[in-house]
Amino acid sequence: MQKKPDVGARSDVLVAIRGLKTYYSLRGSFLARLLGREAGYVRAVDDVTLDLHRGEVLGLVGESGSGKTTLGRTIIGLVPATEGSVEFEGREVTRMSERELRHLRREMQIVFQDPHASLNPAMTIAQLVEHPLQIHKIGSKSERQARVAETLSIVGLDPPEQFMDKYPSDLSGGQKQRVVIARAIILNPVLLVADEPVSMLDMSVRAKILELMLYLRDQLNLTYLYITHDLATAKFFCDRIAILYLGRVVEIGPSEAIYADPKHPYTRALLRAIPDPDPRRTVPRDLPPGEVPDAARPPLGCSFHPRCPLAFEVCGWETRDLGDLLEGRWALQEPERYEAEQAVMGDLTVLADPATRVRLKAGDGHSGADVVSLLETIRDESPDAAFWRGVKRVAADGDHADVEFHDPIAPRPLPHGDATVECHLYDDDALAEAERRRAPAQAEVPTG
Amino acid sequence: MSAAPVVSVRDLRVYYGTPRGTVRAVDRVSLDIGEGEVLGLVGESGCGKSTLGRGILGLLPEGAASDGEVIYGGRNLVGMAPKELRRLRGPDLGLIFQEPMTRLNPLMRIEDHFRETLEQHESKLTDKEIRTRSLETLGRMGIPPTRFRQYPHEFSGGMRQRIMIALALVLRPKLLVADEPTTSLDVIVEAQILGILSDLRRNFGTALLLITHNLGIVAEACDRVAVMYAGKIAEEGEARDVFGEPAHPYTRELLRSTISLETAELHSIPGAPPNLIDPPRACRFHPRCPSAMVVCADRDPVEQRFEEGRRVLCWLHGPEELIPEGGHAPLEREEIAVAEEA
Amino acid sequence: MAVGAETTQAGESTPLYGRRRLLGMRRALGPVGEARGMARAMLWVGAGITLAFVLVALLAPVIAPYDFDTFQANGKRFPQLAPPSSDHLMGTNVQSTDVLSRIIWGTQTELKVVLVSLFFSIAIGVPLGLLSGYFGGWLDRVLVLVMDALFVFPFLLLAVVIAFLLADRVGQGILTAAIAITVVYVPLYFRVVRNHTISIREEPFVEAARALGARPFTVIRKYVFFNVVQNVPPLATLNAADAILTLAALGFLGYGIQPTQGAEWGYDINRAVSDAASGIWWTGLFPGLAIVLLVTGLTLLGEGLNETVNPVLRKRPQVKVDLSEPSEDA
Repeated sequence: MQKKPDVGARSDVLVAIRGLKTYYSLRGSFLARLLGREAGYVRAVDDVTLDLHRGEVLGLVGESGSGKTTLGRTIIGLVPATEGSVEFEGREVTRMSERELRHLRREMQIVFQDPHASLNPAMTIAQLVEHPLQIHKIGSKSERQARVAETLSIVGLDPPEQFMDKYPSDLSGGQKQRVVIARAIILNPVLLVADEPVSMLDMSVRAKILELMLYLRDQLNLTYLYITHDLATAKFFCDRIAILYLGRVVEIGPSEAIYADPKHPYTRALLRAIPDPDPRRTVPRDLPPGEVPDAARPPLGCSFHPRCPLAFEVCGWETRDLGDLLEGRWALQEPERYEAEQAVMGDLTVLADPATRVRLKAGDGHSGADVVSLLETIRDESPDAAFWRGVKRVAADGDHADVEFHDPIAPRPLPHGDATVECHLYDDDALAEAERRRAPAQAEVPTG
Repeated sequence: MSAAPVVSVRDLRVYYGTPRGTVRAVDRVSLDIGEGEVLGLVGESGCGKSTLGRGILGLLPEGAASDGEVIYGGRNLVGMAPKELRRLRGPDLGLIFQEPMTRLNPLMRIEDHFRETLEQHESKLTDKEIRTRSLETLGRMGIPPTRFRQYPHEFSGGMRQRIMIALALVLRPKLLVADEPTTSLDVIVEAQILGILSDLRRNFGTALLLITHNLGIVAEACDRVAVMYAGKIAEEGEARDVFGEPAHPYTRELLRSTISLETAELHSIPGAPPNLIDPPRACRFHPRCPSAMVVCADRDPVEQRFEEGRRVLCWLHGPEELIPEGGHAPLEREEIAVAEEA
Repeated sequence: MAVGAETTQAGESTPLYGRRRLLGMRRALGPVGEARGMARAMLWVGAGITLAFVLVALLAPVIAPYDFDTFQANGKRFPQLAPPSSDHLMGTNVQSTDVLSRIIWGTQTELKVVLVSLFFSIAIGVPLGLLSGYFGGWLDRVLVLVMDALFVFPFLLLAVVIAFLLADRVGQGILTAAIAITVVYVPLYFRVVRNHTISIREEPFVEAARALGARPFTVIRKYVFFNVVQNVPPLATLNAADAILTLAALGFLGYGIQPTQGAEWGYDINRAVSDAASGIWWTGLFPGLAIVLLVTGLTLLGEGLNETVNPVLRKRPQVKVDLSEPSEDA
């Protein structure tokens, strides 16, 4: 049985990522394209800076839509970067031509999530594992075949003759993932990006694949970038962890620090969400509401603020948060009451556009004052909701109501203990600014 | 179990014919699910858990044959005419699939999905009643009424799965089978949905069979758990008891190989689940079992029942009188090659 | 191992190459052996009919009583429009040639044209489809436009135009007819292969190949091609049936094989049109029957292949389960 690896002495930086951005442009509707309108873009990776040290296992952890997969692919040049730099052993990956990148593949490889889908069903195991050698014109035919057999043995497919003539469909999920790993290590790479390598496998197999990967790291001096949504395997497997949310690293630090004392509210939420099989440890949890927002239209300020229980004045409160508040409230109400309240609020489509101030038109037969009083009622029902900290002013004006939010401050990564956190809770400047704004705001809001 | 069972499964068998032989996906399984109870069904892929879930609802693929009893409302669903079964599905028996994206018609509004479902089974409802009931169910799942008239593509994966659950629940079925309902979802959304599912019994009194490979989910959301291995129930009991003190070696090994935040050392079960065309004789787990005895490779285990509905299919728990002389000796096992494991 | 352009030590790897490649073929056609029920029946009946015609074509010099343009034997001219008799089993036509002989030689002509045209349309359509689907972009757009333009053109008219244009340069023989038919069918292969390539391109194993550092052409050859090409045999067989009809139509209209070049069923039917009015049925019926039979055979074979090879249509073979049979732990 393999023990959790010690955090080895890591000397130098293997990959240096600076201000990396990867945006995908969206294909707009037919009409929009006809009119030449830009449909916008998805910020899959949005300004990421981090170092990957030689010999370490760095975990990129996040939910789907966090950009972890895109970040992994951008680092090895499978996806073109929009901005920023990725330096691999001093060579700039983002500006390499396709040709140069192909040469680089000998040094950086990737293991995909779905072992079945990442193996060509029409090739035998021997063909699949030999192909990287052929591509890079390594060795003679017989040398290559010997190397294939040796590599298959290393990954536990032993005796190799038993597997070489088989097709992927003849193998179990774990065996297929071993083939994928064999194909990735046969070129003796320095860096291995493992994109959810065990999440499609059965529980009883996962441990074996992780053990194999740890064994290979020691044998072949590999550096791993371990991409996962599963904080439990990451805890076991990684030396350092980077938590991603909507394309940004919100917290990064040594595994011990992240698990013992998670700083970012999102990290805490992720940790709370993991179901534990031991019934003695099951605890009731309070989870953040909602899901990861659309990366094409990220929230203002800190991306996590709409779901954050601790968010305050400067975190980026805006119109869409008001929309979410109303929708969340109406979901739980009797239809009659919901309809009555909706009639007061009138048309809420203006709330879909992100802004820190909005002029709401009251519904037919209602005045702006009705809107203000409804909002006040809502606030009085749960005055501690984070949302209300972000509201600067609510005022009636004829049949309109004005709602104004505090201006956001963009969060920045700041060192805190062993970790680096991107959260205003750990930013003294932001806290002070919020304090400053709180004082006059309190005098203003109740008058409406 | 205290409440009277909503559904009683007795000696259910579901076999598939394939050119290579008969797959015994479900082999003489018995279990009860009580009103408002959440029963977790766990096992590795290929152990027959999904087939059992579908078999209980009478949803079997072509080429499958089944016998035994699935008693619901005093009637046996096994061998019931397809037309009658179809009438029960929806208002009595519901199913939630793993993949929420593919089960909603992209051209129909959410409202129309609910209208169609309700009109089909409860034709007497007025428009207003349909709307009220749909909104109420959706609201419980956290879907706001403002989005009632939107199309499926306007919702995220988690919300679509909530809509699917709401669609199953709006008919207030007595029994709901959820097959890996959260597998394609993110951890936080998964936890949210599990919260909703375990609230079911309070809100609707629905009995729920939750099929999953994730032991953590069972511990979180289920009252009882049945551990399935190679077409048979290895162990069943209160989730707390089974996971706190597993009686079957398979349950124990499965728990140990689950990687949780507390995992300090990796553990795995040697070997692979057997193929169900030609499963190992006697106890099907014996080739992989670290506690296997001589008797385990020789005789079929006999189900032993304990207090509080706990039962286990393992010779370690007797009955002693059936174990022959020398049957307790540890079984000499052949080495399992690494290649066979994965 | 399917050795690519990277390796040149052919001597060393050839035996392996052949064996493995064969293994791949057997794998692709594996479902054929498992075909059951309707698909199996269609497959075997179709294959039987097609095989019979192929044999007739191959053995034409042996089994045909006369040459396709023979109108006399031993210095004695055959009777004109003679009804079927022991001398001429299917009678003779207006030119005194033996109908049976013309049908047998015609089989050879039909199959030659079909084979040549299939060869050309696959050789052109499949690579273009692969390139277009894999690379996309402007190349794809241009090719799709051209192919769609060909596709919407009434196919017979297109074939007639091509045959007419080529008649002067290439002559009105097998090659002209084959090229005319090729132009009609290239867009079909192009479309099928392109659409398949587009979906295969998104498969993780293609991305994996890119991540290994494979060049685009290597990816296409080793990863895309084999997964796309499985759809070609059923399509080709169905096309063959269609091509027979097109060729016959060309012959009927007088743009096909000229009577001096070889026997052709469509041409014979054309000549038989006037006979039918005067109660002479044998000159038209037998070539017509030959067309119907060969087209039916090829269609059955193609549909049968399609149902067994195409995973969408393929039903998994089912075996009846007998629950009463005692299981060991019952």
